[in-house]
Amino acid sequence: MAKYLLLKHYRGAPAAVNDVPMDQWTSQEISAHVKYMRDFADRLEKTGEFVDSQALAPEGTFVRYDGEGRPPVTDGPFAETKDLIAGWMVIDVDSRERALELAAELSAAPGAGGRPVHEWLELRPFLNEPPTIED
Amino acid sequence: MDEALLRALTPSVLTILVRRGADFAAAEDAVQDALVEALRVWPTDPPRDAKGWLVTVAWRRFLDAARSESARRRREEILQEEPVPGPASAVDDTLRLYFLCAHPSLSPSSAVALTLRAVGGLTTRQIAHAYLVPEATMAQRISRAKRTVAGVRLDRPGDAATVLRVLYLIFNEGYSGEVDLAAEAIRLTRRVHAALDHPESAGLLALMLLHQARRCARTTPEGALVPLAEQDRRRWDTGVIAEGVGILQAALARDRLGEYQAQAAIAALHADAPRAEETDWAQIVEWYDELVRLNRSPVIRLNRAVAVGEADGPGAGLAALAELEESLPRHSAVAGHLHERAGDLDMAARLYAEAAHKATDLAEREHLTRQAARLDQCRGR
Repeated sequence: MAKYLLLKHYRGAPAAVNDVPMDQWTSQEISAHVKYMRDFADRLEKTGEFVDSQALAPEGTFVRYDGEGRPPVTDGPFAETKDLIAGWMVIDVDSRERALELAAELSAAPGAGGRPVHEWLELRPFLNEPPTIED
Repeated sequence: MDEALLRALTPSVLTILVRRGADFAAAEDAVQDALVEALRVWPTDPPRDAKGWLVTVAWRRFLDAARSESARRRREEILQEEPVPGPASAVDDTLRLYFLCAHPSLSPSSAVALTLRAVGGLTTRQIAHAYLVPEATMAQRISRAKRTVAGVRLDRPGDAATVLRVLYLIFNEGYSGEVDLAAEAIRLTRRVHAALDHPESAGLLALMLLHQARRCARTTPEGALVPLAEQDRRRWDTGVIAEGVGILQAALARDRLGEYQAQAAIAALHADAPRAEETDWAQIVEWYDELVRLNRSPVIRLNRAVAVGEADGPGAGLAALAELEESLPRHSAVAGHLHERAGDLDMAARLYAEAAHKATDLAEREHLTRQAARLDQCRGR
């Protein structure tokens, strides 16, 4: 029983094998990709392993505190930011092997030419609660 | 509204439905529906006979669910195929439910979820909250678990070790939500211990009680972890310790040692020391030696190295540690502690920082970061 985050990057991950940008896919290829992702999440819910899935807008703003009574300072978006998160899925699985297996399955989503994208996903374990038994 | 009573009645209500001929999966769903209904209705309209109420409502739900033609046919077949079992004690029947819910064909997380629902009497929502997953996911995990054990007969004895393992997991791993999982695990282990004549069920119950007794002293009000050596031992629950020690002694007297008894013996030796400095580390090392004989798990040998460091000095502890892979979880945390005791503060601070980076839980990471910071400060950085 461990939770993992599967992170999908717009930028910052190594290049996918089938590395054609989505805006150059056909409409059917995009539909097939979206359907694959949705079916994947549905299947994980049925296996009792799904926790959450979200997509993020590509443009964000940096914000920081600027002292008492002053409005927050904002900056960006920065076009040159190296790492850009596209979205994530959170899974709750029995082993790291299972987490790797599911990440690989998600990475096989079809892209250009209907072939798998082979996209690199980043797998990050959640920090757990401390165990009750301490010695 | 007595939720504890409701939970305690769950397995016997489920057993009654199964004895009337309902299959386990459908009966379990019906009992869950009755539980949810009880939680809704009882606060304003408490029943005179709680168990009778639950059986009536659950049985009605079962019949409603089985009403479709195909389901009815299936039910009649079951009723014909399997004669109603002869008189068996309620305790034995409940025990069989534990065996089924911990069946070896189930993954650990499925066995935990099914146990908490079918014999623990928790609702799907409560279990989902406790493990921080959506309710729909938890519902599917439980349905899937029930499909996995659909072909398992309830009248065959199961393996005690798998049941104890599931209860250990419930006790040791969970989040602090609205349901206290550690307390639930103790309640269920008490029932198993009462029904199952096995020294390891006593060992596990003692182990749980001895750790539960320290729980108040284990965290600060802000939630930071307090290591064993620094806990305020006046806050340990002496009544619970006495109960745990009593159960453990009776188990050890039967001379069938197992891992839970050995772990409980170590916890009992800690509980026995009024101050950390008075801990009988030599005896703790002996128990670790027993434990290593039972299970050569590197995690146990890592904990043994800590005990050796306390009993025979940090040099001996480091020598024991040297036999283990550096990639083990908590290896650098243990190495940091032993180097600090040996007086090598630079090395210790570096190891604590490395250990914090590798920690797998947040409280442990905070604790190790503080250790590194403390050493950096005393060296005037």
